[in-house]
Amino acid sequence: MADDARERGDRKQPPLDEAALSARFKRLGERLGHVHSDRPSESSPDQRPTADPSAIARGFRLSTELVAGVLVGAAVGWVIDRWLGISPWGMIVFLLLGFAAGVLNVMRAAGVVPTKTLDPPDSN
Amino acid sequence: MDPIHQFEIKKLFPIARIGGMEIAFTNSALFMLIGLLLILLLMLGATSSRALVPGRLQSVAEISYEFVATTLRSTAGTEGMKFFPLVFSLFMFILVLNVIGIIPYTFTVTSHIIITVSLALLVFFTVIIYGFWKNGLRFFKLFVPSGIPIYILPLIVFIEVLSFLSRPISHSVRLFANMVAGHIVIFFLIALTVLISPFVAPVSVAFALGIFMLELFVALVQAYVFTMLSALFIGMTQHAH
Repeated sequence: MADDARERGDRKQPPLDEAALSARFKRLGERLGHVHSDRPSESSPDQRPTADPSAIARGFRLSTELVAGVLVGAAVGWVIDRWLGISPWGMIVFLLLGFAAGVLNVMRAAGVVPTKTLDPPDSN
Repeated sequence: MDPIHQFEIKKLFPIARIGGMEIAFTNSALFMLIGLLLILLLMLGATSSRALVPGRLQSVAEISYEFVATTLRSTAGTEGMKFFPLVFSLFMFILVLNVIGIIPYTFTVTSHIIITVSLALLVFFTVIIYGFWKNGLRFFKLFVPSGIPIYILPLIVFIEVLSFLSRPISHSVRLFANMVAGHIVIFFLIALTVLISPFVAPVSVAFALGIFMLELFVALVQAYVFTMLSALFIGMTQHAH
């Protein structure tokens, strides 16, 4: 009630009244701060109201990660074989490395190994 | 009875001729344009009124904005938001084209690997170029994990590089394969009525309807997965201070 009365009072005053204007700005800022303060909590996963879509996304992610690693290994091995003429060896080595990279991909996608970032060394 | 027939590229009319190659306006290009127009209409229609209490169109646009913004902010951090235009465009483009593709008699643009590879490489090169521009040679530290004994370090570096290179492949193959597989499954479920006997129609149509719903869901999820992985990939370069 008191709040309402004050607001009505604000509105009746001429807008040139600097003190009232700044008071209203302050109140607006406080209210906006109130609204924005629950923003960062959105990013925490357990407070999301709906089902977490990233779980489904993670499931779909796993499907191709291993294959992609092996494919890249095969492609790199083939190119190295052609360039250096060491025919089966590049393919053999890089297929194995590609398989390892695929397994690493899957482990990253599943969250077993943390995703690599360019973090400064002291933070992790 | 050819399940691949629905993905065939048809030339509608020629545009230009570069060298010996004919550049034609295909059905793929047509549906890309349709998708683009739909996105444009949605966004222009949504932002024309700019009501405080959003209408139908405006809330669709606002939900998609909030969705992509939340995804990007939570995976790539606030600094990643400078890539928001790219990521949002990717999301809307893939989402609209996936959903258009589900409608019968339309063409699914994202069922061609050349499209998905192009989109994935766009993100890939954006990350590489931006990473080098921002971090310089420190970008290579991405491939060198800390705390590894020196004698297996070369091996680990090779594996990390291959893992990095495999990202655009897994990225593009996932989208392409999901779209193609879903459409072929629907095709064959309906084709069973011709291949076996018309009496299987109730069962096959019921199943096709179920897969159809699943495909609608997959269209959404695949657009989201592509967006999320782009955001994740962009986030890799973001945390350098």
